[in-house]
Amino acid sequence: MSSSNTTTITSVGAPNRRNTELALLVFAVAIPVYAFADAGLAKHGSVPAGLAEYGLGLGLLAGIAHLLVRKFAPYSDPLMLPIATLLNGLGLVLIWRLDQEPRLGAPMAPNQLMWSALGLVLFGLVLFFLKDHRVLQRYTYISMVLALVLLILPVFFPPVYGARIWIRLPGIGSLQPGEFAKIIIAVFFAGYLMVKRDALALASRRFMGLYLPRGRDLGPILVIWAISLLILVFETDLGTSLLFFGLFVIMLYVATERTSWIVFGLLLSGAGAFVVGSTEAHVKVRVTDWLHPLALQNGGVTETAQAMYAFGSGGLFGSGLGQGYSRLIGGIASKSDYILATVGEELGLAGLMAVLLLYALLIERGIRTALAARDPFGKLLAIGLSGGFALQVFVVAGGVTGLIPLTGMTMPFLAQGGSSVIANWALIAILLRISDTARRPAPSPAPSPDAEATQVVRSQ
Amino acid sequence: MNKPLRRVAVFCGLLVLALLVRVNYVQFVEADQLSSDVHNRRVAINQYAEPRGDIIVDGKAITGHTETTGSDFKYKRTYTDGPMWAPVTGFASQAYSTTMLEGVEDKFLTGDDDRLFFNRTVDLLTGKEKQGGNVVTTLNAKAQKAAYDGLGSKKGAVVALDPRTGAVLAMASTPSYDPSSIAGNSLTDEKNWTSLQKTSDADDPTLNRALRQTYPPGSTFKLVTAAAALQDGTSSDIDAKTDSPDPYTPPGTTTPLVNEGNIPCKKASLRDALKYSCNSVFGKLGDDVGLKDMVSEAEQFGFNKEQFVPVRSAASNFDTTMTPDHLAQSSIGQFDTAATPLQMAMVASAIANDGKLMKPYEVDKLEAPNLSTIAQTTPTQLSTPLSPENAQKLQSMMETVVSSGTGTNAQIPGVTVGGKTGTAQNGVDNKGIPYAWFVSYAKTDQGSPVAVAVVVEDASANHADVSGGGFAAPIAKKVMEAVLGK
Repeated sequence: MSSSNTTTITSVGAPNRRNTELALLVFAVAIPVYAFADAGLAKHGSVPAGLAEYGLGLGLLAGIAHLLVRKFAPYSDPLMLPIATLLNGLGLVLIWRLDQEPRLGAPMAPNQLMWSALGLVLFGLVLFFLKDHRVLQRYTYISMVLALVLLILPVFFPPVYGARIWIRLPGIGSLQPGEFAKIIIAVFFAGYLMVKRDALALASRRFMGLYLPRGRDLGPILVIWAISLLILVFETDLGTSLLFFGLFVIMLYVATERTSWIVFGLLLSGAGAFVVGSTEAHVKVRVTDWLHPLALQNGGVTETAQAMYAFGSGGLFGSGLGQGYSRLIGGIASKSDYILATVGEELGLAGLMAVLLLYALLIERGIRTALAARDPFGKLLAIGLSGGFALQVFVVAGGVTGLIPLTGMTMPFLAQGGSSVIANWALIAILLRISDTARRPAPSPAPSPDAEATQVVRSQ
Repeated sequence: MNKPLRRVAVFCGLLVLALLVRVNYVQFVEADQLSSDVHNRRVAINQYAEPRGDIIVDGKAITGHTETTGSDFKYKRTYTDGPMWAPVTGFASQAYSTTMLEGVEDKFLTGDDDRLFFNRTVDLLTGKEKQGGNVVTTLNAKAQKAAYDGLGSKKGAVVALDPRTGAVLAMASTPSYDPSSIAGNSLTDEKNWTSLQKTSDADDPTLNRALRQTYPPGSTFKLVTAAAALQDGTSSDIDAKTDSPDPYTPPGTTTPLVNEGNIPCKKASLRDALKYSCNSVFGKLGDDVGLKDMVSEAEQFGFNKEQFVPVRSAASNFDTTMTPDHLAQSSIGQFDTAATPLQMAMVASAIANDGKLMKPYEVDKLEAPNLSTIAQTTPTQLSTPLSPENAQKLQSMMETVVSSGTGTNAQIPGVTVGGKTGTAQNGVDNKGIPYAWFVSYAKTDQGSPVAVAVVVEDASANHADVSGGGFAAPIAKKVMEAVLGK
């Protein structure tokens, strides 16, 4: 770790920027409210009946979250809460707008609003109970067990739309444990790597310009790689396995500062992806769809092609909220996996880039938190969470726009899905906690008793 | 740990950059291609999102629109007198695309045509919805009605042209169908569509017989043979006796060309031969003219080429390589010779217009939604199959046919009418019901305002009764009367 002054904050006198956050939150609430009114006017020619409730509800949630931050994490980053609020609010508007298409099934927006509120409750609970993120270090191995259980659980439930990533709880509904496992596994990696990083970094032999780690240190990466492949095979969940493996490689690289890990990671994941991609039928279809997005299947237009048509028809400025035809994508996924297609069609290239840049900004604030954090565990956890977030955004947006093969993951905050929105609010809370610790001004040094005693003697 | 952190930050930046490049590629570079892809349903949705412009005849719209509910498509096309106008309008169906004028002028009718760009821009600024332009046709509603009613329940087609300009005055085809019945995309429309297909209706009602069906032209083709003989100098005096035996046996065969019935064809003059429709005379005449000049004259009249009016017609056929016996048969409109009703109307109109063949057209002008003219068709000459003198000789022969020959049924009191009947053999050994043809023109002091070709293929008629004079001439007469205002 470098000891030069590369942190982004100075040790004293950092303004806490809570008023900046409040001002940004006003925008983060006003923009979705305006979007809601706009979509309603375009769709029905009238301002939607629930506009006042929606505006008040969103404003209230944002206000409570802001007060909680003011109280429990006063020095935390001022951008993350407004960005998450804006994305969540826009997501609600988009889901409400898609609810207006009778062909897309039952309305999802009211449920999503409830889940968002629950997410904010969890956000508050994390801020309240997690006074110091280093406490999480104690739960390193419990986290590992919990993450593995959460990951393996869906295998025992029937597949939905070809992927086993849901568990069904009577009375509560479906949960996607992978979303929570994402956070918990980052906690495990951070705790494990903090302890092992010296062994991993130093006990290695040099071979062809690369530092080869010892077998017993290489062991865990192979195990995680194998587990992620197993998830892929049994749950046919390309996204989650890619996410976890990428998360691990990033954290390992940051912990050890050894480029060789990246090379190993890429080689292993490349080999794994090739083998699974050419054998697993479900994945094979996705790869074929990716290579030939506009090809017809059984004489019909595929969802992939419909999404491409939606993007293409949106053009530069989009058709306007409520005035697109992304309903043509059909199925249940238009409100979750494919919600970006609606953004692309109705808000256009300009709107889609704005949304992507919001995500980029959120990721950037997360990485900045990692840079600013003063303890290795905090650094690793923050980079793990924000790196995982970045990978998820890349995998989903890349999949929907046809940059990479499509995988079934949700766009954080924007897409419909209870587990996703709750887990991501918790993720933001942990990042805020780390950044609060990092930005908190160091206590001013105690006055040195020697300071007065030393006299400057001026020589004549 | 900060150095790798910065590298991870750069890596995440690259991920976002890749996404931004990709969405720019999809939504900017590929956008046009994707938004106009044939499988992109938005194309069809937009096509019917605003009412289409109208197709106009005699100042009145023969198309309209209704709003549909429970569908992606907002507006549905309706048609006034749909079956009568179907060969002109075609259909614009939410489910089955567009045909005929609706298809050819689709972009203009939907308002997407580049020529309407200025209007669209103005509409955009003033907040008006996109509007389609109107297609103003050259058709004559009375002539069309006369043609359609004249065909009645019989199978057949009528094309009437203004020989002076080439403007299409009537274009009827029976049996017909109502384009309104297949304009939507409901289950009823689907059922109607299925029942209109040739597989369920052998009469093929959606076939535009006037433009797309070719028939053996039978004796009406003798006009082309006579024109070729006059033009290349094989004959010059239409009242001089010809050196033709009865029956005539073409070289290279032992099968003679015989004449129908007991008619005076031996050494008959051209006028008499046309009046009585002598196969022997015109068969020999074709051989005397020779293949090269016959082909050239037929092609001057428009054979062997598709016509665009602007709707495409089928190409009529006159073989370019034939043995003399086949040439003799072809010269009386049999063997492989085939012509669309439009083609035979063009033959009659070229003769009536003193030898000048005008390019047939059915769109007079294209109007913007604010009724300003965007494009106006100017009549153009297609070719000169005949010199004026020869055209007048042929007119004189055709007038004899109507005044005292096989075409007396087409006589109109006080009007000079020229015509030619035809009874085309159909099928091997003439087993099928023959087609009855009549091509004619009417003439006034100001030249000829109308030339008509009628073909009737009536399976219900008694075989022996089918004749051009009996079946087709009365229809042609009605159409000419309608145009002349009689």
